[in-house]
Amino acid sequence: MRPQMMVRRVILTLIVALSCESSAAAAGFALDEIAPGVFAHQGQISLMDAENKGDIANIGAIVGDDAIAVIDTGGSLIEAKSFIDALQQKTPKPIRYVINTHAHPDHIFGNGAFVGPNVIFVGHKNLPRALAARGAFYLESFRAAMGEALDGVIIVGPTITVDKTTTLDLGGRKINLQAWNVAHSDCDLTVLDAQTGTLFAGDLLFVQHVPIVDGSLLGFLDVAEDLAKIPAVRVVPGHGPLIASWPKALDDERAYLTRLTADLRAAIKKGDIVAETASLAGQSQRGNWRLFDKYNGRNATTGFAELEWEAP
Amino acid sequence: MKIVALRRWRPAALLWVGLMCGALVLGAVDGAPAQAPAPADPWPGLARDLFQGRPVANDDSVVLEAPIRAEDAAIVPMTLRLKAAGLRQATLVVDQNPMPMAAAFAFGETAGVTFIATRVRVNSYTNVHAVGETSDGTLHAQAKFVKAAGGCSAPAVKNMDEAAAHLGQMKYREFKSAEAGRRETQIMIRHPNNSGMQMDQITHLYIPAHYIDKVVVRQGETLIFSMEGGISLSEDPNFRFSYAPNGAKTISVEAHDTKGNVFKQEWPVGDAS
Repeated sequence: MRPQMMVRRVILTLIVALSCESSAAAAGFALDEIAPGVFAHQGQISLMDAENKGDIANIGAIVGDDAIAVIDTGGSLIEAKSFIDALQQKTPKPIRYVINTHAHPDHIFGNGAFVGPNVIFVGHKNLPRALAARGAFYLESFRAAMGEALDGVIIVGPTITVDKTTTLDLGGRKINLQAWNVAHSDCDLTVLDAQTGTLFAGDLLFVQHVPIVDGSLLGFLDVAEDLAKIPAVRVVPGHGPLIASWPKALDDERAYLTRLTADLRAAIKKGDIVAETASLAGQSQRGNWRLFDKYNGRNATTGFAELEWEAP
Repeated sequence: MKIVALRRWRPAALLWVGLMCGALVLGAVDGAPAQAPAPADPWPGLARDLFQGRPVANDDSVVLEAPIRAEDAAIVPMTLRLKAAGLRQATLVVDQNPMPMAAAFAFGETAGVTFIATRVRVNSYTNVHAVGETSDGTLHAQAKFVKAAGGCSAPAVKNMDEAAAHLGQMKYREFKSAEAGRRETQIMIRHPNNSGMQMDQITHLYIPAHYIDKVVVRQGETLIFSMEGGISLSEDPNFRFSYAPNGAKTISVEAHDTKGNVFKQEWPVGDAS
């Protein structure tokens, strides 16, 4: 074993030893091998709270001959430590890359559990800006919902950022990272494992969980169209069942975003105000989605403010 | 293919951010467990500071329409309905925000404004106050409680590049007014309205504030309203209002921001969508 690896092992052992919560939680932490050397964990379709410990997003890992790339770290240190434990049971290889698909808490709050001398954090070129603008607010605002499950969470930004595309070599296995224009957020990044054709779509793909627009409604529709062209065999959405058929998995999301856009444009044309439109636009999609009432009003509000700038 | 290394993001710097954030979290834990006590009501202090300790009556002189829950923390619609005769000013205050005074409107004497709608950022569970001042110098307040937005919603700019690329661009719309003798108009100004309280992770400096601090709207040469604003106003400041037309052929807007930029535009009345 190389000295670097030994250090890592010692650190990981310490982390595990120091946290009895972690091993208890790990027992119930499902990490499926969805393709050879590709692992994924499905988060609950829910909002982050003390009970689920922020475990609401899908997260995963790709294992090469030399090293592991982790894709998103979950919504708390507790979840992240369970993830690391589960991963270590599958493979002894070291984690070299931690890739964040965007800046939202359910995808980045576990970052702190991965910090180490040989771990490289990777994100979209806009990720540092998004974390600067939102990180402190997220730490403060999630305390009420998460309670002690938020303990120890820190904001860790990327060591390297991706401008457009880049390839990471895990040893005999290359993964392709792509940074997208504003869509779900303004720092969306996807990861494609070329060997198995597995695409980690991050929150550019929602399945069953109503899509969330925190960037641009029209941008989301544009990116979804381009995303569909990626020649993937299977895709892991940011939220929803782990493996979705591709590119059919995008159909429902695109139908929702298209309906919302049409409703908002009609309301704006009519001269309606944002407050009343927020409770009406997109409602015909209500039966198709989980958490619809939690997010549709927000998507409608966000989309209204964006589409208002269109003619007339 | 390109990886842009953030050279200034050294391990020491990373640790520094980590420690700082960690300290923030620990600080919160030390004081209180999961359920933090309700914060003290800031309103008495705010009222004293904003209105020099003058008496403030609670009545319906200005009716505040606010949502029960903020859907999007960055865009929370607020409407002030000016009910009392002789209202000269109206101030919108988001009590729990870092900079609570969102907008202070002053109305032209003959403007006949009956309502003004705008959008604010809401950081947490908060009271929002609308305070009107009538021509006799008395103050009249109404408050609404607004629940904070859930999930990953943040009172931050969604599309920073777009906001920066179109800085100062404006849009004007007219609507059929429901009230006799009034016109209804909307004015939108592209601006990130950056709060200046966010720390840049690379430079470790706080991003400087950059927001619209003054807007003046006129029909012809006559004032409809002016506004002095702060960072609690949403990005792309947006005002929809009614006014009594005086026969002027144009509506003009002059907006100032904290970097000294001045944005001006004028539209012919009745010539918009």
